[in-house]
Amino acid sequence: MDTSEDILQQASPDLVRGSDKARPAKAARLSPSFISWLQAGPMMLVFLAFFLIPLVFVVIVSFWDYNEYQLLPAFSGRGYTDTFEGCIAQLPDLCTIAKTYLKTLKLCFLVWAITLFIGFWVAYFLAFHVKSKTWQMGLSLLCTIPFWTSNVIRMIAWIPLLGRNGLVNSGLMKIGLVNQPVEWLLFSEFSVVLALVHLFTFFMVVPIFNSMIRIDKSLIEAAYDAGATGLQTLLNVIIPLAKPGIVIGSIFVITIVMGDFITIGVMGGQQIAAAGKIIETRVNALQFPAAAANAVILLVITFLIITMMSRIVDIKKEL
Amino acid sequence: MTETTKKTGVSRRTLLKSTAGLAGLAAGSGAITGFPYVMSAEPKVLRYLGTAVNEGDDISKQCLKDTGIKIEYITATTDDVTKRVMTQPNSFDVLDTEYFSLKKLVPSGNILALDAKKIKEFDNITPVFTKGETPGGKKIGSQGTAPWKVLYLEGKDSKTFSKTATEFVTLIPTVYNADTLGIRPDLIKRPINSWSELLNPEFKGKASILNIPSIGIMDAAMVVEATGKYKYADKGNMTKEEIDLTMKVMTEAKKAGQFRAFWKDFNESVNLMASGETVIQSMWSPAVTKVRSMGIACTFQPLKEGYRSWASGFCVSKGVSGPKLDWAYEFVNWFLSGYAGAYLNRQGYYSAVLSTAKANMEPYEWAYWMEGKPAEKDIKAPDGSLLEKAGAVRDGGSYEDRMGAVACWNAVMDENDYMVRKWNEFIAA
Repeated sequence: MDTSEDILQQASPDLVRGSDKARPAKAARLSPSFISWLQAGPMMLVFLAFFLIPLVFVVIVSFWDYNEYQLLPAFSGRGYTDTFEGCIAQLPDLCTIAKTYLKTLKLCFLVWAITLFIGFWVAYFLAFHVKSKTWQMGLSLLCTIPFWTSNVIRMIAWIPLLGRNGLVNSGLMKIGLVNQPVEWLLFSEFSVVLALVHLFTFFMVVPIFNSMIRIDKSLIEAAYDAGATGLQTLLNVIIPLAKPGIVIGSIFVITIVMGDFITIGVMGGQQIAAAGKIIETRVNALQFPAAAANAVILLVITFLIITMMSRIVDIKKEL
Repeated sequence: MTETTKKTGVSRRTLLKSTAGLAGLAAGSGAITGFPYVMSAEPKVLRYLGTAVNEGDDISKQCLKDTGIKIEYITATTDDVTKRVMTQPNSFDVLDTEYFSLKKLVPSGNILALDAKKIKEFDNITPVFTKGETPGGKKIGSQGTAPWKVLYLEGKDSKTFSKTATEFVTLIPTVYNADTLGIRPDLIKRPINSWSELLNPEFKGKASILNIPSIGIMDAAMVVEATGKYKYADKGNMTKEEIDLTMKVMTEAKKAGQFRAFWKDFNESVNLMASGETVIQSMWSPAVTKVRSMGIACTFQPLKEGYRSWASGFCVSKGVSGPKLDWAYEFVNWFLSGYAGAYLNRQGYYSAVLSTAKANMEPYEWAYWMEGKPAEKDIKAPDGSLLEKAGAVRDGGSYEDRMGAVACWNAVMDENDYMVRKWNEFIAA
């Protein structure tokens, strides 16, 4: 912060002199770039205090040593080596930690694909099929209603529905489709993905809708006039223009699902481990450096995914 | 009085108001002995960190009534309590935690041992804690972190446990119980008498175990021993090989689809059992009671290999001193004086001082909860709801029978770090 202000102060008199020589030197404090810094400042401070600094601490702690009851501030790679203990010896079989990360990625991919599909069409419907602004507003508000209750409740509500003696199973048995309760409905990958999709589709709908609503309708008319089919319009006009929304929504969903351990825990009957779960157990066992190491690994993976996505779409340019 | 008032120009009304206020303050602080004392007394407040076991509104209200000490509960899970002691020792005054945590807490230096001489009922504490035997003389299994192994410290600020009785007590015992498996007798329809039934393929996809590593591994060890696969020197302090073996047995069962789910808190275990997702699982006594109070048959099944026990107690934060420390002693003394003990006994736990709890219970209640006799009258929970109809007998019988059959205690192993990693692998497998 200090350096940037210094630079600013050094740079701004020149700027001012160049642009308007008549102004007194005092006005230099209100130069456009200073105003920009001022506007960005609060957010930068918040970002620094609540994100960057804690993150630096996490990285530092991940390289500390530890014992049963305290952190030992001495450089050690133990947090990382413990995490991957026995993984090389076990090759070509994957060790549990690798499997856990793969499982996390798999769940994340499934949830991403499904929420993207549903979210895209919901947003499409809202943006292009609902003509009146009032209805658009009303319907998108309707989408938020589930968010009036807590995540946990929305998640737990699935349990009596999907359970062995739950509503779905008793319904299936009554119409004679099955004669034994379907067990994979609950405490399985199916229920995990179902709950996550239910919880997070909205995070796809909003950004995509937001991009779509800004598409100039005359572009679609032009495509129509030029003889494009509906599919061609969708592929060549709407999807490219909705890309920023798709990417932002994807980032929301991917970051949340990669870090989630509560939904996966509850809906998976605690039998499906995810990367977040490893961190939680480590913290509970007071192994903070190991937890931090796992957090760093998770962060790197998530960061790589997001970098790949922003390679596909340059969000800065699109916005 | 009126004269003075007139002279100083204070109206009678104002005086009445302020007197009433002071009287209220006096009543609130529990000091109704002297006017000047009230003026200088600060409110007696203790921040009480613990799991929800001992924390009840009724207990805090009664405590305020009897001693004037206001208890502010800070409720957390066992793991979180430990974390908090390590990282924020100044955020609480009184700590209510389990004996097995002491292996982590004492070396951290963040807790203060209490002075046994200042605890009125200390000599009346059940020999379960002090000698490792029941009042009737039955020897209790000492595997794991048995309370008597970690009850005393060598000195006031010592970080080593003393093998003999000293003045300095790590945790003043409050509550404990003997845990076993819970079953749904209506869905199993045959007698269950061994821990090995948890892995019986008959219950494939209908069994559960708790996902708290240090407790779960003890249950797993009870199962492994019951199947005759291996006999541990100390289930509560396994070697790496023993941990590997235990987790291998459990992982194989898991991969074969034995478990429906794992649970981590009280309500999860109740839901699993009540909804019929599981028919056999490790469970806690009040959870069984809860399922039963929903009108669903559930038994806290005594097993031939015995129980896995746990115990908790009070100590204070290192930062507590002066009057606050006196209040802490006052509170602990009050807690052992009967009301709280009876309250806990009525929930199916056991109180540390039996004599005072007995004095606070009806004879028929004592006979049901502690002597294993059929209930003469309906048994009510502390909140007044019906627990058992007259004629019912407590699962596992009397105090002597249950505590006398304890095989091991919840523990923190020397290889705890390794164990937690292996447990994680089991959960993820």
